[in-house]
Order: sequence, then C-alpha cells, then structure tokens
Amino acid sequence: MSLSPTDLPNSYIGRTVPRPNLARLTEGRGLYVSDLTLPRMVHVAFLRSPYAHAEIRSIDTSAAENMPGVVRIVTGEQMQAFCTPWVGVLAHLKGLKSAPQHPMAVGRVRWQGEPVVAVLATSRALAEDAAEHILVDYSELPAVVDVLAALDPSKPVIHDGLGDNLAFERRLDAGHVDAAFAEADHVIEQSFTFGRHTGVTLEARSIVADWNKAEARLTVHLGTQAPHMMQNIIAMHLGLEEPQVRILCHDVGGSFGIKVHVYADDMAVAALARMAGRPVKYVADRLESFVADIHARDHVVHGRIAVKNSGEITAFEIDDLTGIGPYSMYPRTSAVEANQIVNLVGGQYACPNYRARARVVFQNKAMMSQYRGVGHPIATSVTEGLVDLAAARIGMDPLEIRRRNLVADDAYPCASASGLRFEAMSHHASLNKLLGMMDYAGLRTEQAALRAKGIYRGIGFASFIEITNPGPAFYGVGGARISAQDGAAVRLDATGAVIVQSSITEQGQGSEAVIAQVTATAMGVPLDRVRVILGDTDNTPYGGGTWASRGAGIGGEAAWQAGRALRSNILTLAGTILQARPETLDIRAGVVVDAEDGRERLPLSELARIAYFRPDTLPCDFQSELMATRHFVPREYPFAFTNGIQASYLEVDTDTGFTRLLRHWVVEDCGTVINPQLVDEQIRGGVVQGLGAALFEHCQYDAQGQMINANMADYLVPMAGEMPDIDVAHVVSPTLESVIGAKGAGEAGTAGAAACVVNAVNDALSPFWVVISEIPMTPALILRALGRG
Amino acid sequence: MNITLTVNGETVTADVLPRTHLVDFLREHLELTGSHLGCEHGVCGACTIRLDGAIVRGCLVLAVQADGGVVETIEGLSDSGEIADLQAAFIARNALQCGFCTPGMLMAAQDLLLHNATPTREEIREHISGNYCRCTGYQAIVDAVETTAKQRARAQ
Repeated sequence: MSLSPTDLPNSYIGRTVPRPNLARLTEGRGLYVSDLTLPRMVHVAFLRSPYAHAEIRSIDTSAAENMPGVVRIVTGEQMQAFCTPWVGVLAHLKGLKSAPQHPMAVGRVRWQGEPVVAVLATSRALAEDAAEHILVDYSELPAVVDVLAALDPSKPVIHDGLGDNLAFERRLDAGHVDAAFAEADHVIEQSFTFGRHTGVTLEARSIVADWNKAEARLTVHLGTQAPHMMQNIIAMHLGLEEPQVRILCHDVGGSFGIKVHVYADDMAVAALARMAGRPVKYVADRLESFVADIHARDHVVHGRIAVKNSGEITAFEIDDLTGIGPYSMYPRTSAVEANQIVNLVGGQYACPNYRARARVVFQNKAMMSQYRGVGHPIATSVTEGLVDLAAARIGMDPLEIRRRNLVADDAYPCASASGLRFEAMSHHASLNKLLGMMDYAGLRTEQAALRAKGIYRGIGFASFIEITNPGPAFYGVGGARISAQDGAAVRLDATGAVIVQSSITEQGQGSEAVIAQVTATAMGVPLDRVRVILGDTDNTPYGGGTWASRGAGIGGEAAWQAGRALRSNILTLAGTILQARPETLDIRAGVVVDAEDGRERLPLSELARIAYFRPDTLPCDFQSELMATRHFVPREYPFAFTNGIQASYLEVDTDTGFTRLLRHWVVEDCGTVINPQLVDEQIRGGVVQGLGAALFEHCQYDAQGQMINANMADYLVPMAGEMPDIDVAHVVSPTLESVIGAKGAGEAGTAGAAACVVNAVNDALSPFWVVISEIPMTPALILRALGRG
Repeated sequence: MNITLTVNGETVTADVLPRTHLVDFLREHLELTGSHLGCEHGVCGACTIRLDGAIVRGCLVLAVQADGGVVETIEGLSDSGEIADLQAAFIARNALQCGFCTPGMLMAAQDLLLHNATPTREEIREHISGNYCRCTGYQAIVDAVETTAKQRARAQ
C-alpha cells in the first residue's frame, strides 16, 4: 500500500483527538456574544410589525421618548441616512429579481416580525418597556401567504415596482425526456410537500456593535460564519471603508447556515452604534428569532419518474414551487435552494433524461434562504420518494432498484444529467457497507413477524449526493464579494510553539481542532504545541469562512500548505545551524531529526531561541523566516461532491399516528477523514436536524400571514427521548484537488435523513396502501392518511 | 428589593427589581455568564441551575424567590470539581459542539446521576429531554453520561 503525503510519523490526520476549546465550554467559561458587556453599552429592542402586510401611516414615539433609561428612538425612515438599502440578487442566477430592503421598514411592512422602530436604552428591559409606548398606525393590506396564491394575478403584488411576485424561474431539459416517458413501462407521479422550518440555534442571533469615533472604526462582535463577507457588507452600506470595520467572532451558539446571512436587524444595530457613538447590543429573544431568522424548505414539488419493468429508471421530471418571503436574502439570495434542487434531483442515478422547472415566489412571510443542507433534503426526498414508488410499482426491492441505477463506482469522472461534474463517488461501496451494518434480511423477517401481530415497522433508504468545498461558482461568479479561497498563516514563536491564524470560523463543528491537527501533522509538531486563532478580520487571512461544508476541505488544505511551507523554512534554518543539508532533516514530535534514522538534532525551542535572540550566530546573509502564509481554492472542479446512503428502521402506531424511530444508519464518503469522531458527530447532528424536519418542525402560518407557533413550546424540535442511536460508517474517496483529500461532511446527515424516514413510514404503512409525501409527518397527518384522522 | 442568598458558596446581597429573573441576576449582576438563555420561556433548559439542591430553570424563577436560598451554577460545580469526571467524559466523547446547551445539560445530567447512579440509556434520554441540543443529536451526550455513571459505579 502506498502512503499518501499525510501519512507521516505522528500524523494526527485520521485520529480522534479532543477539541482544544471544549474544556472552557464545559465549565461555562465560553464567551458568546450574548455574554459580552462593554463600557457605555446600550441595548436595543425592536418594535416589529404585527402585520404580514400593511402601510405605515404614522409612528408616534413621543410617549416612549420620556420613558426611563431611553437613550434614543430611531425609525426606519430616520435610519435611511445612515444605512443604504440592499438587493439580494446574483448575476449568475439569471432573471432573479428582488426589491431594495432597508434595515427597518420604510413606509410599508411586508412580513410579521419586520423591524419597524428601534429603541436604545440602558437595559433591554427598559428598551422593551419604552417600545410598548410607541404608537404605530398601520393600514393592513391583504397578505400573500400561500405559494400558489403568489402567482395569482388577482392577488396583490408585494413590490409594486417588480410587476409580479415571481422572483426567479429556472428550467432545465436534458436528454430525451418525452421519449423516455413515452417508452417507459411505468410512469409514476407524486406531489411532495415540505413544511417550512428554521434553524433554532440555541443561542439566538446576537450582535454588539461598537463605533469608536476617535478611531473612526466600527468593531462588530457577531456570531457569523463569514466574517470577511460581513466586513465588506457593513462597510459598504454604512458608507465606511472596509479597514474601518472589524468583525470579531467569539464562541457561536450554533449556526447551521442561519448565521451566514445579512439580517436587517443586524445592519440596524451597526447603524445605531454609529448614530449613538457607543456600543449597542442586540440579542434576539426566542420569540423574535422565529420570525426574524431565515426559514427554509417551504417547497411543493410535483415529480414524475419513468421506469422499465427491468428496474431501469429512464427519466425524472420535477416542478418545484417555493415561497421565500418578501425579499431575496442578501447577499446569497433566496434562489439558491430551488436552484440546488434543480441541480441535484436524480444526481445519484445513471439516468440521462431529466427535466426540471423551479419557480421562486415572494410572499408575506418571514424570509427564506440557505440553511444546513440547502436544497439537498428536498432533492433527496423527491428523488428517493419517486424511486421507492417506482420499485413498489414493479414489485422490486427498494435496495435492488438502487443497485441497478446508482452511478457505478468505476464510472468517474462523469457528469449528471443536470451537468454536475463528479470527480469520485462510491454509491455501491456505500450501499454494500450499509447492508453489512444493518442486517437487512433479519429486519425484513422481524418486520413480517411483527406485522402479523398488528405492529407496523418500516425500513427506508435514501441515497444522496452532497455539494461540498465550493469554489467561486457558488457566489463569486455572481458578483458577491464572498471569498472562495481561504488562507492560513502559521508561525513558530520563540518557544517553538506554533500559532495558526485561519480564515475559517468555528461554530461548534470542530474547525479549531481540525486546523490544529492538519498544521501539527504538516509541521511534525505535537498537537498541544499548536494554538489556533479564528474569526477576527484584523488577525486572520482574508477568506470565506465556514459554510457549505468547506471549512476542512478548503481551510484545512490552506493550513496544510502553510504548515509545509513553514516546515521547509524551519529545515532551511536548521540546516544552517547544524551545517546539514535541509533535505536530510525532518521535524518529528517538535524536534529536528535526521530524516534517515530519526536521531534527534535540535528541538524547535532551541532553533527558535537562536533565530529570535541570537541571529548574530547565523551567517550574515541568512535571514530566518518563521512565518508562512498559504491560500487554497479548488481549481479543477467547482464543487467536491460527496455521497452516502442512510437507512431508517421505525415503528408507526396506527392507532395514535406516532412514529417511533428505532435505529438509523449512515454510510457516507467525505474523502479523507481528518478527525473520525468529529465527522461522525457532524453526521449524527445533521441526521437529527433532518429527523426534526421529517417528524416535528414546522413554521405554521395562518391565512393572514401570522406565524402561529413562533415559540419553543409550540415549534417542536427533536429532544433526546425521541431520537434513536445512529450508526455511522465511511467509505473514503479522497479528492485529488488537495493534498489532504478532505471533502465536506457537515450536511450529509441532513441531506438524507427525512427522505429515508418518509420511505420507512411508507414501508411500514404499505399494508394500508397509503403514500405519505408530506413532512413533517405529524401523528395527525399519519392518521389522516390512514383515514382515521 | 433586597435579597441575600448563597451563590456557589459565597454570600451575596443585592438590590434587585422584583421582575428580575434569577438567571438574569446571575448573568448580569454577578457576571456568571455560564448559565445561558436559549428561550426565556422555560422550554430549552440552557439556563438550568441548582436552587436548594434541586435543578430549576433560571428563566422561570425570580431572583427574589431565591432570597435566602442556595444557588449553584456551572461555575460553582466546575470550581468545586463535583462534575470534573462528567466534564471530562463530555470532552472525550465530543458530547458538545457549540457548547451553548452544555452547562444546562451538565446540570441536568449530574442531577440524574445523583438520584439514579446506574441509569439505562433510555433513562438518560428521558432525563435530559428537557434540555435542547441542536448540534449533537444527543447520542454523544447519552454516551458521556453513561460512561460517567459506569466510572462512578466502579469507583464505589
């Protein structure tokens, strides 16, 4: 077996090592933005629109102005002079339109929860007290809530200047779809409905913005996944130069895509800090989060599949309709999820005939945008739902139809019908590994035996592909100033310890650990000698951050390259000190050794001492360089696709409609696994978010556009008691784009979980001849499907 | 209103508004920011603290209700070493990702282990079902609590 370049002595790549930041988090010594207090800091409370759609006739703040503790009250109108509006469009999403959005409503409110007035006071409680005394005279307008209604010409147009409520439409037609459907032995159609849900990060969005007039600088403490993007956008809309804005991320209490966007209230806080000339803090309360954070996955998809009696799938066709709220989110837009669905459906199968349409419409609901898995759960649910229906129609086992149609493991490189380019995936190896984990035959036997006793258990599968390691194709080509590459700066300090500054960010997935592992391995130093600095635009290289499963694959490779460059510099210095050729030396466990026999020559602490304190002992023409910086972006492929398969075993109580999850299995292929434990926990956490979507989570709206379960008691999320143990295994197909070969793993769990649970429920209920294609599958929905509701 | 209580072994006297919640008092007056606010309506468990030996939601108790009481927070349990083994198990098992739920989760887990030294996995899942974790999917937490219970049983 040949060794890869990362198979070094004392390699930390592929090893489970504990994360360096966990001790303080377990002791309550973390620093989240919500924990932060600065001198002279004031707090902001937003008065938000109670209506989904209304004209603002007048705002009377006079009674509130005199309330205790009030520092300043600002309306949307007044804020216009301090922050310019934005439009959430990207050039490569052709035809996407949106309207200018202000930090706070100007003249008209377009969703329940839109910020209308900001109250600055010496405490949050006093700010909220004062907000209650502000009188806003609204004239309610009819709201566009339902996605189908949004396209009805008799319904109101949400933005007069845009002509209609259609934000974006994309069509795709590949191969010979009509012929394939005409020649199929069976054509199966099904509509799929996906409930809107949201991220529910346990720490709500939090920001402290601090305008220092003397420095003419704005420091923004923000739990964001993309600090440099935020630096650019805050500077641009506040009329500052980028160097005048510093973004600092501390500990972030969960993100999952929720904290990668530009929120109106965050922009308002930045502007308020500038207006007030002192630090301003805003922490969304949970009731606000439900109507102010982005939502996701509000889709209705009509799907068709063509299949031969042999099991060959010959065509897919989908028509997706999604509602995104009144604006396209800035700057990543709200068209990406629908666009992804068009790209991804059927991508795991060798089927050349595919037609798709996606329509994205405006509505008077909270805004919708990218959340963990972006489009993948929808695409996987539709694809895998159709494949199961096809299998049932022709009487074929669901695994067998997948075997016959999944792209062959030796077919790479290849492309999907939608044009996605695949470097290397492992659908069949993954499926075989899954079978080895779950005893499929035994479960089928158990299922049959229990069914005879009136106990209905089901087994469901979902194969999936996942977009990771995105290059500029995601945002840069569309004109967004979101860095596609990431950087790492690695330096050896005077004690021989290593400090790495990386442009990726940490929100709990283990970025800090992964960067440390890669750097320690690249240099040959003990892990505990490496300290990682993230999340500070003043002190890290410029880069994209952590989102779209790119941190390890892109940021990790930059750290590898920087670590190798510094190692080379160190060996050059060591060669000078030791009067040896650098190529005969190596660094192992923090000591310069003879490469040949490992004989210890010079500890890095001694090397650093000489370099920093006694350079006079080195030749006059030699200058040591104990810091190295490298950047990385994948060049060959726009994305590194990963793949996997999940299976669910569950029981449906046909009397109560309750679903009990018994077991869940995942096999996924994210290329090189840097830290097995962290990858597995990303998968498990992702699966549970997908299980939440499948069974519980739903932003419910009434006909007037009011979110009726906008609190944590009524919006159900998975709790420990309902969740199963999840078995995770891997197949490893490294990307050859980088030396470390890592692809992303953050979204694989979410991509397939709901799909396989829906398939398992339908398998459990197959004796009743019902097909459920709507999530969340609440007990009421299951009972209705069974005719017992 | 004037209140006097014991917080992590220290006597504290303070003047608080009647509407101040206990967790806000801890976080804002005493700067004990380890207890987190996730929902402020008693659902998520992130603000779980110990009051007179029983775990409570810091967002559902008023500071004035703790007058004369004994409050213990994650900072106190960390400094005393009472849950050092549990914390070590959480770290070894990566039973936290963002860490925001972790102080409350540790308070709840320790409460279980004090009352049931050898809980089953189902009992662990049941007991922490008032503590919301969005990151881990719970399995690693269950593993860490189970490991700690076994270690403590062996040490007996």
